[in-house]
Amino acid sequence: MVLAGLILAEGAVLAGKNVVQTQTYGPEARGGATKAEVIVSEGEIDYPKVSKPDLLLAMSQAAFDKYASLIEPGDNTMVLIDSTIVTDLSKGLGNIIALPMTKIAVDDVGKAVVANMVALGALVTLTKVIPQKCLEEAALARIPKSSKDLNLKALRLGCEVAQKICGECGIAVS
Amino acid sequence: MNTHSRQPRLMQGNEAVAEAAIAAGVKFYAGYPISPSSEIAEICAEKLPLVGGTCVQMEDEISGIAACLGASLTGEKAMTATSGPGFSLMQENIGYGVMAEIPCVVVNVQRGGPSIGLPTSPAQGDVMQARWGTHGDHPVITLCPSSVLEAYSLTIKAVNFSEKYRNPVILLLDEVVGHMREKVELPEEGTLEIVRRKLPECDPEDYQPFKADDDGVPPMAPLGSGYRYHITGLYHDETGFPSSRPQVVEDLIRRLHRKIEDAKQEICLTKEYRTDDCEILVVSYGISNRSAYRAVKDAREQGIKAGLLTLHTLWPFPEEALKEAASHASKVIVAELNLGQMKQEVERILAGQVRVEGLNKVNGEIFTPNEILAGLGGTI
Amino acid sequence: MKPELRQYFRLNRLPHIWCPGCGNGIVVGALVRAIHDQGLNQDEVVIVSGIGCSSRASGYLDFNTVHTVHGRALAFATGIKLANPKLTVFVLMGDGDAAAIGGNHLIHAARRNIDLKAIVFNNSIYGMTGGQVSPLTPQGKRATTAPYGVVANAFDLTELAKGAGATFVARGTAYHVVQLTDLLKQGIRHKGFSLVEAVTQCPVAYGRQNKPADPDKMLRWQKENAVNIRNRHKYSQEELEGKFLTGVLCKKDATEFTEGYQHLRDLLDSHE
Repeated sequence: MVLAGLILAEGAVLAGKNVVQTQTYGPEARGGATKAEVIVSEGEIDYPKVSKPDLLLAMSQAAFDKYASLIEPGDNTMVLIDSTIVTDLSKGLGNIIALPMTKIAVDDVGKAVVANMVALGALVTLTKVIPQKCLEEAALARIPKSSKDLNLKALRLGCEVAQKICGECGIAVS
Repeated sequence: MNTHSRQPRLMQGNEAVAEAAIAAGVKFYAGYPISPSSEIAEICAEKLPLVGGTCVQMEDEISGIAACLGASLTGEKAMTATSGPGFSLMQENIGYGVMAEIPCVVVNVQRGGPSIGLPTSPAQGDVMQARWGTHGDHPVITLCPSSVLEAYSLTIKAVNFSEKYRNPVILLLDEVVGHMREKVELPEEGTLEIVRRKLPECDPEDYQPFKADDDGVPPMAPLGSGYRYHITGLYHDETGFPSSRPQVVEDLIRRLHRKIEDAKQEICLTKEYRTDDCEILVVSYGISNRSAYRAVKDAREQGIKAGLLTLHTLWPFPEEALKEAASHASKVIVAELNLGQMKQEVERILAGQVRVEGLNKVNGEIFTPNEILAGLGGTI
Repeated sequence: MKPELRQYFRLNRLPHIWCPGCGNGIVVGALVRAIHDQGLNQDEVVIVSGIGCSSRASGYLDFNTVHTVHGRALAFATGIKLANPKLTVFVLMGDGDAAAIGGNHLIHAARRNIDLKAIVFNNSIYGMTGGQVSPLTPQGKRATTAPYGVVANAFDLTELAKGAGATFVARGTAYHVVQLTDLLKQGIRHKGFSLVEAVTQCPVAYGRQNKPADPDKMLRWQKENAVNIRNRHKYSQEELEGKFLTGVLCKKDATEFTEGYQHLRDLLDSHE
């Protein structure tokens, strides 16, 4: 999750925007709860944490329950979830978009670990926060060469599946 | 784009510290890993051998700073980094560095304390430890950035100050500033002002290793340069040899303080935002400053005459800047992630002239802007 | 003092503060003779010391001298040697300095095999502060903080250093000063971490509590109880009880730390 936040932030720099990325994590080296916060802005960024998210990405049920429940009715927050993992939506508010990220990662790429790349592709497509070109460039800079193709494939699948959803929901994608 | 800036890049606070130290000429790092500072050691381990430098992981923080002081004695610029528990272990040798006047930068990426506390959460509880952590009545310089770019620029200042004044300089970050990534446009390396300690110009036989120039700072000969002299943590006279004569003792400790006091104009770095006419002054530093800045902006939009004094230097305390910024204020709020360490200092300096209130948060999280805005009487 | 040795002393700092009958001066004499015989350049010798009686030696010697804090001399010396490997760095410590408060630094300096010449003045007691127990005070002996005798075992510092990876380990005594000088010379020539334990007498803090307190009798005790490792085979296990081995106890080749680090830099350079 932190890597995904990092790539998004790096993509924002490539897109010429200001960006701050912070993270919250526990003592576990693997498998603990982590949260990455990214603020992208044309202007100066003062407070470095997210006050009201434009988009919340939840890759686990625990993350969804914890953060989606904080969304208030008028917030207009888009909530993107990995529907392979997050199945109980009872605690969340907001405009929920469900994509089977882990399933796509497993079925179409062959590796569950690239679910975060599927998510990143979808997130960028849905929000248009940065151009896809910048996202791919940032990803390539951060990912080891050996897994470049897998990750790029996952990223693009994320973009495609999100584009399809946009069409269905009537979100304009440029 | 500023012609003196490099390409914009995404950079982490800890990374900025390591990169700035190397840009400022640091060639030696010794330390012991601890969250949330370990990235500094990791980057130094990767980069220092590439520039002819040395990075060594020691057996503990005590030996980390000791090795840095040893390296510095040979003429190298040296840095170590740690967090609260390790900072506690370093205190004895910070005192040695002060007494023997050895340049060295000590980075403390603050986490929640006391004890093991909150290893991966921010806090600002080591402010007074930075000032008074080692025993004895000693001078100290402490700088405190609130952004990644400031982490870079203040690390360079820290190295420069330590070299110029021959004193350990403490750089206080916190978990959020250390781990936060921001877009930065770094200055071109050629444009940086880099300071090196004064070397003796006299012949070795005339060298008085602890005889200060007018600025209170004695020239420093590297070990092995032909100037054979004695270095000790005992009170010593200008020749460097131990002495407990009352006059020698008093002259030395007063000079050590004076060399920093006399340089306050250069060392005390602050930033003022709308303090010219402010009726409520917020004083803040480090990560809390980011929330305070936002809160003051919001308060101004609501018609509240708020202002912000950001402390980039914590020690010696920027007294003049505080007095100036508070000159029209009827209230001063000190926002910090502890239970009022700097508030006491602000109260001491303003001594009854203005009401001073503390805004304190000690739950492992940083202030939200609204929490400070509420303190300013703003509407949320 | 022999005229050729005078140049190594800061004569204006003498006389020293050591008590009459103390063995520290004998050990320092052996060190200076070893430095002289090996022809080291005075400007390129660094003497780092900790805190204690023996550590005051740094003030009397005319080299680059650094009197550090209790227990940390090896850690300071590690930084000095790494930052300027051309320097020959001696580290003078007492037994409390090296084995108690600085024990961790000792084992790690040995593990790294950094080219430091560690010399431990082992008088089995904390002398400067009035005779408290040290990790090298033999079991059953008295100290001001062990008035009924020491309950715990003492370290064998040479075994500790060997176990930690030191590549040159030796022990000598103030009595066997010719041998001690030779051991120090071998330590200087050795490339790697060297530890020479110098058994020395403290009549005032140790002798008075444990008897005999006469310096000559304490020196005689060293003579009678030191077993040169070359003669070890002449003794049965029972006969060795209460005695201690002297001479070169360990010598082996291994990569020295500053050379290993330089090798790393060169390797990185060639990949550039």
